[in-house]
Amino acid sequence: MSAGFATKVALARGIGAASRASGRGGGTTLPGRVLLRLAPDAIARLGDRLDGGATVVSATNGKTTTAGMIAAILAAEGRQPVHNRAGSNMTWGVATALLEQRGHEGLFEVDEAWLPRVSEQLHPRLVVLGNLFRDQLDRYGEMEALADDWARTVAACEGHSAFALNADDPLIADLGRNPEGRPREGVLYFGIDDPSQALPELQHAFDAKHCRRCGHPYEYERAFVGHLGHYSCPNCGAKRPRPDVAATAIELHGMEGSRSTIRTPEGEIELELPLPGLYNVYNALAAVAAGIRLGVAPKRIAAALAEMKAAFGRVETIEVGGVPVSILLIKNPAGANEVLRTLLLEAEDEGEGIDLWIALNDRIADGRDVSWIWDADFELLDSAVRRVVCAGTRAPEMALRLKYAGWPTDRIEVIPAIEPSLDAAVAAARDVASLMGAPMSRAPRVFALPTYTALLELRKLLADRGLAKEFWR
Amino acid sequence: MELRVLSLYPEQMNIYADRGNIVFLQRRCEWRGIDFSHAGAGPGEPVDPTAHDLFYIGGGQDRDQRMVAKDMVASKREALADATGDGAVLLAVCGGYQLLGHSYQLDEEKLPGLGLAELETVREPGPRLIGNVAIEVDLGSGPRILAGFENHGGRTYLGEGAVALGTVIEGKGNNGRDGREGVRHDNLIGTYLHGPLLPKNAWLADHLIALALERRYGTRPELEPLDDAFEDAAHASARAAAGA
Repeated sequence: MSAGFATKVALARGIGAASRASGRGGGTTLPGRVLLRLAPDAIARLGDRLDGGATVVSATNGKTTTAGMIAAILAAEGRQPVHNRAGSNMTWGVATALLEQRGHEGLFEVDEAWLPRVSEQLHPRLVVLGNLFRDQLDRYGEMEALADDWARTVAACEGHSAFALNADDPLIADLGRNPEGRPREGVLYFGIDDPSQALPELQHAFDAKHCRRCGHPYEYERAFVGHLGHYSCPNCGAKRPRPDVAATAIELHGMEGSRSTIRTPEGEIELELPLPGLYNVYNALAAVAAGIRLGVAPKRIAAALAEMKAAFGRVETIEVGGVPVSILLIKNPAGANEVLRTLLLEAEDEGEGIDLWIALNDRIADGRDVSWIWDADFELLDSAVRRVVCAGTRAPEMALRLKYAGWPTDRIEVIPAIEPSLDAAVAAARDVASLMGAPMSRAPRVFALPTYTALLELRKLLADRGLAKEFWR
Repeated sequence: MELRVLSLYPEQMNIYADRGNIVFLQRRCEWRGIDFSHAGAGPGEPVDPTAHDLFYIGGGQDRDQRMVAKDMVASKREALADATGDGAVLLAVCGGYQLLGHSYQLDEEKLPGLGLAELETVREPGPRLIGNVAIEVDLGSGPRILAGFENHGGRTYLGEGAVALGTVIEGKGNNGRDGREGVRHDNLIGTYLHGPLLPKNAWLADHLIALALERRYGTRPELEPLDDAFEDAAHASARAAAGA
């Protein structure tokens, strides 16, 4: 390291320490921001020191969870990568992790729009790409334009990077082919091969309709999550590649998680995943493919994933006033639909319906445009909810969406501020549980569905009450 | 009574949750005992100008919009001109709005438009126009506010004699320069406001329902009032987000 660069690194590190000591929180971005201001090529320079190389993970949905799974897999081997584990996934989050942690290899989840810039600097050894769904059109623009950017990134990485790509997302799968349509080097595909998990019909927010090769509409044999499924182009013949890592038999067990049989190039494994929903099966498949590429034996991978804990805000349960509050991040239609499907399974066991707290914010990190709530299938829960409290900066619009999804209005309450709304939801769940009497009553529980910045507020509130650790610790 | 709605290119022109506009119309009819029918017309499919009274088109990705522009001129222009000339309601949002004009500039390509309104959409240097927006409109019953969200790269300019839907209170509007937003011609409305538009502005939804029923049944019906507490709160929330 040159003396000048070393000074800049030390300065930025000091700022991070000061920021944390002040207790105002975060510290997951500020040092990196400062360093990148002082040395725009800092990611490349610090990344060069990772002699084991770097893995980058990107997707619209599931990147924090997938990266967390890969970290768990590496930890089972005693490997401790430099990892932006708090989910700060733009350049400054990556730079902060590189500044503050030491390790031989890197593991970075990267924001979709920043993937090209970060990859250019890091020359990753492995690129893991999960999915592209419509999300924050005000920030990311159209998905096809994003997919075009990613295609350039993948082309630039070919030769020195390996790839783990989702075969079931046509926007991702096509990245594994060069412009002539031939398979690129080093690609491992993952996907779902269990037709029993198909959606009964295609969802409203269906994003990849046209063949990436010729523009003709795809034909779908089945879809599993949004537009992820089994597709082919009747015009040019482009089709879903056969996945190397595939879930061949899946049982979903509501919030408890799932059990699946997974085919890998190195034999079959049984995976007990303690995270709910088919979307987490996809995350696990990405992690299995990545783990194999990173030299971990499949059985070891399965054991590590069985011990997984949810990433921050992605299905964690925290007790508030004696009531378990299960937090499930929602941020775009495809992700929200998967959460709603999981909750529907939970509601089947509840005569009266479940208790919800939904917090819709419209800050920059959420997307200023809250249109997306009209693309998510809240109709799924129209007769499954006992009570819902709507919170957040756009709470009244969330409540309106639920009314038009057919939820009874006398079960919908609007309390915009985070703290009183959460307390109201918790109190109501506790009251109904005690009214119904122990021990036959259901366990009181609230499902909390915040958008990203509402999740940060919630997490801060719970930390202030000593109920949860602050996420940056 | 029955409200008959046709969505144009529902598979292609739907990226800003345009479905919300349709759901909103449907529920408000159902709650009043008005039958509701909804059909879609995709690429190449002909449109019967008399079979529907409210036509809707939303926004799409560039690739889809390019295809839709050409297809619409080839397969639907005359029917839509006949329908709107005969009092049918046409609500065109965002990309759909741009296609109402004579032409639409997409990258280097000049796409044909329906020519149903005197307007042209061009590209200019500068960022996309993105954000919450509020406009003041008068559809014959005094000034009202429409609130929504805009996100467009194209700049739209109205031709001589064309009437804007409203004037911008907060936000950018047609082009970020002349303070005008959208277009209005008889019962045709084009606008950049999504969000979706109708759920944020229940009064406009009811206005369009009444116009469409008038076209079918000859007289404008008095719509039964609904309990709009949620709708009013959502409208206020969207207005507040725009700062109006």
